[in-house]
Amino acid sequence: MTEAMILFLLVLMILGSIIALESKDLLSSVIAVGAVGFMLSVIFLILCAPDIAIVQVVIEILTLIILIRVTISRDIHIVTDTRDFLPFALNIVLLFVFFMIAAEAIRNMPAFGTGVSKVAFPYLSRGLSDTGSANIVTSVILDYRAYDTLGEATVLFTALIGAITILRREAKNER
Amino acid sequence: MNDEKKISGGMSEVVKTVCNILEGFIFVFGCYIVLYGQLSPGGGFAGGVILAAVFILIMLAFGKERILKIMPRKRGAFIEALGALAFLAVAWAGLYVSGIFFKNFIPTTAASHFNLMSGGTILICNIAIALKVMAGLFLVFFVLSITRVVLEGDKLKMVKKQ
Amino acid sequence: MIYTACIALFVVGLYGICCKKNLIKIVLGFIIMDYAVNLFIILIGYRKNGIAPILDKTMDVNKFALNSVDPMPQAIVLTAIVIGLAVTALMVAVCVRIYERYGTFDITKIRKLKG
Repeated sequence: MTEAMILFLLVLMILGSIIALESKDLLSSVIAVGAVGFMLSVIFLILCAPDIAIVQVVIEILTLIILIRVTISRDIHIVTDTRDFLPFALNIVLLFVFFMIAAEAIRNMPAFGTGVSKVAFPYLSRGLSDTGSANIVTSVILDYRAYDTLGEATVLFTALIGAITILRREAKNER
Repeated sequence: MNDEKKISGGMSEVVKTVCNILEGFIFVFGCYIVLYGQLSPGGGFAGGVILAAVFILIMLAFGKERILKIMPRKRGAFIEALGALAFLAVAWAGLYVSGIFFKNFIPTTAASHFNLMSGGTILICNIAIALKVMAGLFLVFFVLSITRVVLEGDKLKMVKKQ
Repeated sequence: MIYTACIALFVVGLYGICCKKNLIKIVLGFIIMDYAVNLFIILIGYRKNGIAPILDKTMDVNKFALNSVDPMPQAIVLTAIVIGLAVTALMVAVCVRIYERYGTFDITKIRKLKG
């Protein structure tokens, strides 16, 4: 039953993303990507990951705000797309080959629903008594694997500093 | 170019009234998700993003003047660096106290589980990460939306809206 | 079957990067690829009839450890989603600079104009 729901939502997500990429109006594309993100959050809830669902909803809202605020108000709504046939056909063939190879590679994976990793059992059974935190995901991020979180905080810092630095420079004609 | 929609003007009266009421509630909700990160879903990252959304809401509804009174750019950069350095300071304190980098050095007993203070250093780490994420995301959005591209003569120029 | 659908979403995002001529559509392709990869990682950790990895006062710890879904992929994806937003903001910043320089978002025209 959960498999059927997840598959249905995934098909809707694929349709939504194709609409987002093929639409001629930029505002419709951005809104379609927003809808895809909200459906992804529902899938995360079905997969028993409430932490991730909260983060996905809020990040989706901020992505929508950034995209709409920066691009749509620059008065280029309509996209014209002239297509040369040969590069486009070559791209489609290569993407199809990629899809076939990936589908073959995941055929040998264990079936959906069996727990794959064995390292989680000590974390689950000893998480509360070792760290005192009832949320096992938080105890994994901030106690057992806190060094990885330090690395991720550094990556976040670097990306944000990069974005601020690119936009901070005044235009050259103004000096 | 589309210059009528100025950012520093803000939005209509209805939006401003609703935002006045809502911003306190969303801020308290964000703080709740940060502080109770070890007892319910949430934590530093989710709470930090929600707190950033509060400031973005104020900026979109009221314009630039009000948000520059609450959090000017230097204060935002200071809070972001403070969050990152506090996270590092907790790690070094773990090394200093017990010889293991990032060890959870505040002791917890079995009787204090399911309480706010039961996580040890997890609470301090959550607050540090929330400060960092909040200030960082707000600064990026602020810098992205105060620069506008205007048409002067027949060249496009990027000017900072003052 | 579900894994194949997730790979199909990834290929749709890759199509957006390879075949589209508008810079904003390329950024949307990156966002869709990001969704597909995060979903794939969480799909690996699911257990049938599982419960969320959050303890309660009334739960028995051993039964919880046998029934819960895997918390490791969730720990990985949690920060990956926030970093995805930061990288999107970086890409949009580059797009804004390109628009200032060339006046268009079309990548074929960006190649032809002199800098």
